Amino acid sequence: MVSAVSLQKVSRHFGAVRAMDEVDLEVAPGEFFAMLGPSGSGKTTCLRLIAGFEQPTSGHIEIFGETAEGVPPYRRNVNTVFQDYALFPHMNVIENVAFPLMIRKIPKIERLKQAGAALEMVKLGGYGQRRPGQLSGGQRQRVALARSIVNKPKVLLLDEPLGALDLKLRESMQEELKLLQRTLGITFIFVTHDQGEALSMADRVAVFNDGKVQQIGTPEEIYKRPQSRFVADFVGSSNVLTPEFVYWIMGEKRWASLRPEAIHVIAAGSGASRMTGTIVSKSYLGPVVRLLIDLNGTRLHAAVPSTESVPAEGARVTLGFAKDAIHMMESEA
Amino acid sequence: MSLETAILPGRQGAFGRLSDLFWRRPKLLILLLLLPAGLWLCIVYLGSLLALLLQSFFHIDDFSGLIVHQFTLATYAELFKPQNADVIIRTVVMAAVVTLASAIVAFPIGYLAARYLRGGWKAVFYLAVTLPLWSSYLVKVYAWKLILAKEGILNWVFAELHITPLLDAILTIPVIGGNSLSFSFIGTFLVFLYIWLPYMILPIQAAVERVPVNLTDAAADLGAPPLATFRHVIFPLALPGIVAGSIFTFSLTLGDFIIPQIVGNGRLFIGQVVYTQQGTAGNIPLAAAFTVVPIVIMGLYLWGARRLGAFDAL
Repeated sequence: MVSAVSLQKVSRHFGAVRAMDEVDLEVAPGEFFAMLGPSGSGKTTCLRLIAGFEQPTSGHIEIFGETAEGVPPYRRNVNTVFQDYALFPHMNVIENVAFPLMIRKIPKIERLKQAGAALEMVKLGGYGQRRPGQLSGGQRQRVALARSIVNKPKVLLLDEPLGALDLKLRESMQEELKLLQRTLGITFIFVTHDQGEALSMADRVAVFNDGKVQQIGTPEEIYKRPQSRFVADFVGSSNVLTPEFVYWIMGEKRWASLRPEAIHVIAAGSGASRMTGTIVSKSYLGPVVRLLIDLNGTRLHAAVPSTESVPAEGARVTLGFAKDAIHMMESEA
Repeated sequence: MSLETAILPGRQGAFGRLSDLFWRRPKLLILLLLLPAGLWLCIVYLGSLLALLLQSFFHIDDFSGLIVHQFTLATYAELFKPQNADVIIRTVVMAAVVTLASAIVAFPIGYLAARYLRGGWKAVFYLAVTLPLWSSYLVKVYAWKLILAKEGILNWVFAELHITPLLDAILTIPVIGGNSLSFSFIGTFLVFLYIWLPYMILPIQAAVERVPVNLTDAAADLGAPPLATFRHVIFPLALPGIVAGSIFTFSLTLGDFIIPQIVGNGRLFIGQVVYTQQGTAGNIPLAAAFTVVPIVIMGLYLWGARRLGAFDAL
């Protein structure tokens, strides 16, 4: 089966800056694909290459099997939801949504009908006559979404689509976006720096850093089996264990990751073991309490259910974890 | 020094008390800032305009040449006499053509500056656009007279290119043609265009600068080729800038009395008529009535622009 989007050794350099360096990527049709990474990691450049706003310095891009290099954005059946929505301020909502239809010279009655349907789909029926300036951030974002799906693109790109929304709205939009993607069956590629968002929404995630793809996999693979220190650290706030520490426990000199929730914390009685440390700080996060524990100079995060009684800051505690909770990564480098 | 108290003592002296007062009553500050400009605008500017308007409702006694201080519309009726109406139409058409041409010439320059020039190159742009404003207006107009004259450089270029017949053919066109470029409306038009161009380029550049780049990206993304993007996105959003520029070019052309006197075929423009009527002829009421014409035309123009939605994007 042909990929929806395929990047083969794609690089994009801006002068000496390698925004993207030999990136390989395959996105399957109908997939909900996330590109995750910190700012400056190359994920947005990757999106702009697929949309056609940038041209690769080298490498090859295919969209549904067709070569995309040199094809301007207006000839790509790929639409983008911009981070700041990029609504046309001189048009009202329905004109904004009908814009791509107007460009395709669809008769006015038909395009108003289709634009109205797209607005209904994002639950903004009846807002057609408003100006973008009169809408809230969340509503603007829905208009941008309606505008980019009204043409029924083959691929929909979303650039930090939920970045500007508050937490509550973000959570409900996450579910709505997923639902929308299932209904439309369009390939969604979205860029985010929020690992929670990427893990909860995407079928597969590509983790970017320094212009390179660090790892591609399902959210579970990325979370449970990070392949590098960067991925372990960036996704899921795992403890990254140094080769020395791992050698001390496992007898093997490699980097490893250990998830905070895999650590059991027991108040140290009189009998201190080699796994006894001190609680440095304690933060209440609702369902869990997050502890920072100093263990002979190594600092570890542990997440303890808040239903259990948690020792106070400064208390001596003994840590316990199953050996297979330690996930081995790259060797010492 | 470490601060010991949570609330600092008030600053001493008149300025200290004044700062506190302005902080507590911001409206007072606004009033103070508005006062000089407001007085200037109301008394000096609007006052003289009002006096002008008043003058235009008087008329001159044909026999004695004295101003009769009595309300009448007779002076305005005089504007519709063929020789006066001619002047008005000529001036308005010239102003409209100059404005249209400035907009067409200025847009690409303003767009280029707003979208592509950065840092040092932008400074070069501002310098290049405003440099002509550094030298005297009269010097520039006389320079153009020399350029356009029969012995001037433009004629020489045409001759060197062996296309003098083309220039002659253009100059034989009735109304806009003439003896030479410097004695024709084409010449007047060129000089107007040159002199007012900076006033069109700068507002357009500022307007295009305010159009977010991602709107053009979005238009392209949604399938609009460059021309459609220009028509549906860039042009409507830059329109307030074009209108702002056209207010300059249009009203400056309507009121100018020097350019047509130096470069042109001797037929009069509104400014020249006002100049002679209030000077040599001593007919202040008619001069005033002529002055009201550009004001009314500008009012109508702005009202029309507003109706057409030119300011919707503001």
